[in-house]
Amino acid sequence: MTHLLTVDPTLIDWSRAQFALTAIYHWLFVPLTLGLALIMGIMETCYYRTGKQFWKDTAIFWQRLFGVNFAMGVATGIILEFEFGTNWSNYSWFVGDIFGAPLAIEGIVAFFMESTFVAVMYFGWQKVSRGFHLASTWLTGLGATISAWWILVANAWMQYPVGCEFNPDTVRNEMTSFMDVALSPFAVDKFFHTVTSTWVVGAVFVCAVSCWYLLKRREQEMARQSIKIASIVGIVAAVLTMATGDFSAVKVAEKQPMKLAAMEALYNGGEGVSLTAVAAVNPFQQPDYAKGEEPPLRIAIPNGLSLLATHKADGYVPGVNDLLNGYARADGTRELSAEEKIERGRKAIAALAEYRKLKAADANDARLPELAEQLKQDMPYFGYGYIKDRAELVPYIPINFYAFRVMVGVGTLLMLFFFIIGHIAWRKDITSKYRWLYVAALVMLPLTYLASEAGWIVAELGRQPWAIQDMLPTVAAVSDIKSGSVAFTFFLFLVLFTVLLVAEVSIMCRVIRKYNAEKPQTSTDNTYV
Amino acid sequence: MTYEFLQQYWWFIVSLLGALLVFLLFVQGANSMVHSIGRTEDGQRKVLESTGRKWEITFTTLVTFGGAFFASFPLFYSTSFGGAYWLWMIILFSFVLQAVSYEFQLKKGNLLGTRTYRWFLVLNGIVGPLLLGGAVATFFDGSNFLVEKASLTDIGAPVISRWANASAGLDALLDPWNLVFGLAVMFLARMLGALYIINNVEDEDIRSRASVRLVGSTVPFLVFFLAFFVRLLLKDGYAVDAQGVVFMEPLKYLHNFLAMPLLAVLTLVGVVLLLYGVGRTIFSNSYVKGIWPAGIGVVIVVLSLLLIAGLGGTAYYPSNADLQSSLTIANSCSSEFTLRTMFYVSLLVPFVFAYIAYVWHVMDRK
Repeated sequence: MTHLLTVDPTLIDWSRAQFALTAIYHWLFVPLTLGLALIMGIMETCYYRTGKQFWKDTAIFWQRLFGVNFAMGVATGIILEFEFGTNWSNYSWFVGDIFGAPLAIEGIVAFFMESTFVAVMYFGWQKVSRGFHLASTWLTGLGATISAWWILVANAWMQYPVGCEFNPDTVRNEMTSFMDVALSPFAVDKFFHTVTSTWVVGAVFVCAVSCWYLLKRREQEMARQSIKIASIVGIVAAVLTMATGDFSAVKVAEKQPMKLAAMEALYNGGEGVSLTAVAAVNPFQQPDYAKGEEPPLRIAIPNGLSLLATHKADGYVPGVNDLLNGYARADGTRELSAEEKIERGRKAIAALAEYRKLKAADANDARLPELAEQLKQDMPYFGYGYIKDRAELVPYIPINFYAFRVMVGVGTLLMLFFFIIGHIAWRKDITSKYRWLYVAALVMLPLTYLASEAGWIVAELGRQPWAIQDMLPTVAAVSDIKSGSVAFTFFLFLVLFTVLLVAEVSIMCRVIRKYNAEKPQTSTDNTYV
Repeated sequence: MTYEFLQQYWWFIVSLLGALLVFLLFVQGANSMVHSIGRTEDGQRKVLESTGRKWEITFTTLVTFGGAFFASFPLFYSTSFGGAYWLWMIILFSFVLQAVSYEFQLKKGNLLGTRTYRWFLVLNGIVGPLLLGGAVATFFDGSNFLVEKASLTDIGAPVISRWANASAGLDALLDPWNLVFGLAVMFLARMLGALYIINNVEDEDIRSRASVRLVGSTVPFLVFFLAFFVRLLLKDGYAVDAQGVVFMEPLKYLHNFLAMPLLAVLTLVGVVLLLYGVGRTIFSNSYVKGIWPAGIGVVIVVLSLLLIAGLGGTAYYPSNADLQSSLTIANSCSSEFTLRTMFYVSLLVPFVFAYIAYVWHVMDRK
């Protein structure tokens, strides 16, 4: 048949840009939803246990901020789900048999719980008992967290596809083990790493807002108690985030070594590889990794990367060139070169084409089993068949390098921050003479968001060119749409989300400035009644 | 459980979610009339407070409907969403506006002002049901797409599903029958919105204005719906034989009703319930519970229509560009393993409905 379109590189770029835009905006709101849900749940529990009006006022205040933020998370989330279909239609068919299930379960199990009980949390203070309301608050947070589980299962599967098998008759991958998909080690690590990082965001947000009050010498008791709770949540969450990040790094080293090499700007690997602390990688162009020259001004921790990636000081870590040229693994097997993988991928695609041609002509053709077997042998490299040049296999190194350092650097700083603010809040009178700490908390807030987004940038840009690791590159996953249409919707959403983000921040600042002194504007804002 | 049973089961679940979504569009319907029903600032606040407690469920049902369709019929997801890009993007855009407008509309510092956010709600209230209805009508009238799975082996152009023209789905709106059904759904949403407000807002002025709007929406709804329905029974339909070959069959949908008389009876019962709920509300000032029989009636009718579209050897998403590209529940569904796994997950649905009903009951009691 005549094709209406040969895949247009600008279409892929715009489609990726639109998905990235939506995901980045979505992730501005989701961490605060998850993080605040935990903290306001604790505060409302304090109210339930003590019956003190102070705790009710405090919980209601944080719930009002939660409500402003929650709507934006919901609004940006719906676009993300449907973009799999609108912008990545080939992807939707090729792996929809596996990928669709977590999204459906997310809807059935989590979204309904979240959306049902959030209404009680907002509108139910005078309609339900204290216990029912408390349960609703926790169930709202639980629903959001379960939702995160399933969406992270889906994302982890894209990083490390398991529990499936390619079916040449349907031309798609089909699920063979639900448990392998739902409990993939990638999914488990990703869930705990991501969710604990959202608790960090929530804790920093509470500390920052509270410190603003302390700076203004207002609402000091509310601020003091909020910091006490947030600092404990923050310390625990930061430690867990760091620990689960370490587990994730090991998984990345095993299954996505190119991502690790890009994160480290490691061009030539080896044993006992050091971990780069800083280096002057040019942020504006892809380095000439083929030359293998070290980035200038590199300061590194000896054996650090080997230890991080393999948990052995002398462990072997491949660099970009090793992964492109092929190398011998510790177990004696050989990692194929880029060209060999591309060749195997082409063979898989050719075998599939031949299989379908023969099957269409005669479903009992004797050559079919042989072709199916050949396809099975080459299937692990199927996605490489769409790669035209080995350079496509290397993600953009500078952005991965710097994003990883922002995430780890700010994460480390946050641990220090929580220890200091926690110590002062619990052991001293934080309501006076700590102006430097109040300012530090306000500075930490944007830095934390930056680190949170940087984590996703590493996770997603680091696996380029893959929509699904080794299985389907973005060039073969995209829909058949005019690139101009996607460019238009990109700017449409950019403008819309930006305006709404400004509106949200403006509303939040207003709510914070007024605290609970301002009566609710409407009964749809009657969390404070 | 056979593969065939699971396919039909999942078509039923997706149809049920679609039917519930149409019922829950009462939120959109009421919002589209917020200025005329609310009239004063206080009245508008009352209307929006009432729908504000329910909008999340409509939104969630839309998302779950999408997720369930993705999980059970991924070829529809990839073909329709990827092909009819603009149609779906406009729908999504309107729902994004709605989601934030509730929370932001009366907050100080909201940047755009209360009036703007309220107009966003009106926009969603009109565009959402109209385009969703238009999209559903393509189940009976077809769309212009091509599906060629072998394309995946064409390295330069591996896209499986393509729209056959450059309209990216907007051509659906050029088919007058899609518009007729879209308008029917839009007026239906307004009818349900008026019934919901009458039941949920204790304000005689608002109730009386909603009652007027109910009459004003019922008349055009009946005209558009009956026109579409009669034409549906008389038109050629997209049939599929045992080998999966799609062909045009005269009076296909009438035949489907005759072959599945239970669905014919349910459709009739649904219409009667809808008219009963509407009629009694209009003619009895003291009767405010019309949303319940009308809502149940709508769910039954839409469910029956969607079942008629997909069962009984029918292609539920027909292609006018290439008949054999048409989607049937057999050629577009997930694997048997996935459908079976999802079957067990779907057993949670009654539990979900139960707690939603309980929470609504608790929140709405006086």
